[in-house]
Amino acid sequence: MSRITLLALQVLVAIVSLAIWHVFTTYPVFGKMLLPPFFFSNPVEVAKQIVVWFATGVIWKHLYVTLVEAMLAFAIGSIGGILVGFWFARQPRTAAVFDPYVKMANALPRVVLAPIFTLWLGLGIWSKVALGVTLVFFIVFFNVYQGVKEVSPTVLANARMLGMNERQLMRHVYWPSALSWMFSSLHTSVGFAVVGAVVGEYLGSAAGLGYLIQQAEGVFDVAGVFAGMFVLAAFVIAIDFVVTVIEKRLLVWRPIVGDARP
Amino acid sequence: MPETATAIAPIRTSEAAIALNGVDVAFRLAGGGVYRAVQSATLNVADGEFVSIVGPTGCGKSTLLNIAAGLLAPAAGHVDIFGNTLATLNRQAGYLFQADALFPWKTALENVAIGLETAGTPSSEARARATDWLARVGLGSFGDRYPHMLSGGQRKRIGLAQVLIRDPKILLMDEPFGALDAQTRQIMGNLLLDLWSADRKAVLFVTHDLEEAIALSDRVVIMSAGPSARIIGDWRVKLSRPRDIAEIKLDPAFHDLHREIWQMLKSEVIKGYAQAESR
Repeated sequence: MSRITLLALQVLVAIVSLAIWHVFTTYPVFGKMLLPPFFFSNPVEVAKQIVVWFATGVIWKHLYVTLVEAMLAFAIGSIGGILVGFWFARQPRTAAVFDPYVKMANALPRVVLAPIFTLWLGLGIWSKVALGVTLVFFIVFFNVYQGVKEVSPTVLANARMLGMNERQLMRHVYWPSALSWMFSSLHTSVGFAVVGAVVGEYLGSAAGLGYLIQQAEGVFDVAGVFAGMFVLAAFVIAIDFVVTVIEKRLLVWRPIVGDARP
Repeated sequence: MPETATAIAPIRTSEAAIALNGVDVAFRLAGGGVYRAVQSATLNVADGEFVSIVGPTGCGKSTLLNIAAGLLAPAAGHVDIFGNTLATLNRQAGYLFQADALFPWKTALENVAIGLETAGTPSSEARARATDWLARVGLGSFGDRYPHMLSGGQRKRIGLAQVLIRDPKILLMDEPFGALDAQTRQIMGNLLLDLWSADRKAVLFVTHDLEEAIALSDRVVIMSAGPSARIIGDWRVKLSRPRDIAEIKLDPAFHDLHREIWQMLKSEVIKGYAQAESR
C-alpha cells in the first residue's frame, strides 16, 4: 500500500466516524435520536469548544501543567528505575530479598495511591508527579534490570578478554545494553507518565488537562469532556512523535525487522 | 622462518606459550552430581605454533579453550602461560569466539578500537590504528557500519581485527568460521594464515572440521568423545608454508594425513553422535 493510499484511508476512517457521530446526534431516526446529544454532544459543539480554548489561550496553561508533570514524572521515574535496576541486577542477593515487595508494589493499582499522594504532597503538581513516577519507575526498572541481566555471555566474555575492568564493562557493555532495553520501552513509559499526570489531575487539582475534563464533567458539559479528550489525544500523539524521533537517533545500531542488508 | 613446517623447533614445557598440564574439567549439574567433561588433558603449544584441536561434537574442545583463556578454572591440573601458572584471566591471549561477540551498539571502527582504548591508548590513536586494521581485514570502507548491517563473514573479519589489534601473544579461536559458508570459510582461512604469518603468534584453534584443521595447522590434536574426553592423538602437519587453503587440499600428502587421522577420528565421531542422540 502506498503512503498516499494509506493516509487517504486513515483520513477516511476519521471522516466516517465523525459523520456517523454527527448524523446520529443531529438527525432523529424514526423520531428518535440514536445518540442523544446530552450524552454524546456532537462534533460541531466539540470543535467549537476546542476553538474557544485555543482562541482564548486558556488551554495553554493546562497543557503546560500536564506536560511539566509528565516530564518530571518521566525523568524522576527513569532515574530511579535505572539506579535500582542496575543495583538489583548487579546484587542478586538484594534483588532476591526485595523481590516479593517489588512484585507487590507493582501489582498495586496506582490509582489507590492518588489520595495518599494528595494528602502528603497537596493539590499542586507534585502529587501528580508522584503518581506518574510510580508508573514509570517500574517499567524502566524492569527493563534496565533485564537489560543488564540479558547481556550476551559471549559479548561479556569478549569484553573481559579485551581487557575491560569493571568500570569499563559498566560503561561499554552493561550501560548500552540496559539503555537499549529502556529505550525500547520509551513509548510505554512516556505514555504512563502522561497517564499518571492526567489521572492525578482528574482526581483533584487546580490545573491541567485532567482538571479540564473533570470540571466539564462536573457540570454535565459533555462537549467539554470530549474536547478535553481530543486535545489529550493530540497531545499524546505529539509526544509520541517526539519519542519516535529520539528513539530513531539513539537506537541507530539496532536492526530493523525486515531491514535489507546494504 | 624457513618455509618447511618440519623446521619447527622441539617444544620444551618451560617455553611453551600454552601448557595444559593434566587438566580436568568438571561441571556441577543442576540436579546434583558432577559432569566430567575433560579428563587429564596435557597439551603444549609452542610460541609461534599453530595447533588445532579436533573432536566430535560436545567433546569439550571449547571448554579447553576457555580454560586456556582463564575464563574457566580447571577442576584439576594447571595451565602455564609462558611458564607462569594461570590464576586469573589470560592477559596474553586474544579470543575469537564462535558466536557473535561484537558489541552491537558500536560501529565496526569502535568495535576494533575498543581493545586499545581499554588499555589506555588515546582515542584518536586507537581510531587511527583501528582504521588501519579494518583495511587489513579488507573492510576499509565499512568503519561506520553497525554489526547488524554486516554479513556473517564481515563480522568475523571485524572480530579478527578486534582481537589482533591488541597484538596478543596467543590467539585462541573457537570454531570461528563454523557458521560461514564454504567459500567464505576458505577466504577467511587464507586471511587468517596471511595475518598469522606476519608475526606468528601461538594459536590454539578449535574446530570439528578435520580438513580445515590440517590445512591451517602445524599440529592437529584429536580428542575423544565426551564425557571424560581425553586427548588421544597428536599429528604433525608437514606441509610447506605459505599455504593456500583451497590448493593444499589437492596435495597427496594432505590426503594421506587426512586418511590417517580420520581412521582414528571416525570411531570417536560415531561415539559422539550416539551419545548426543541418547542424551
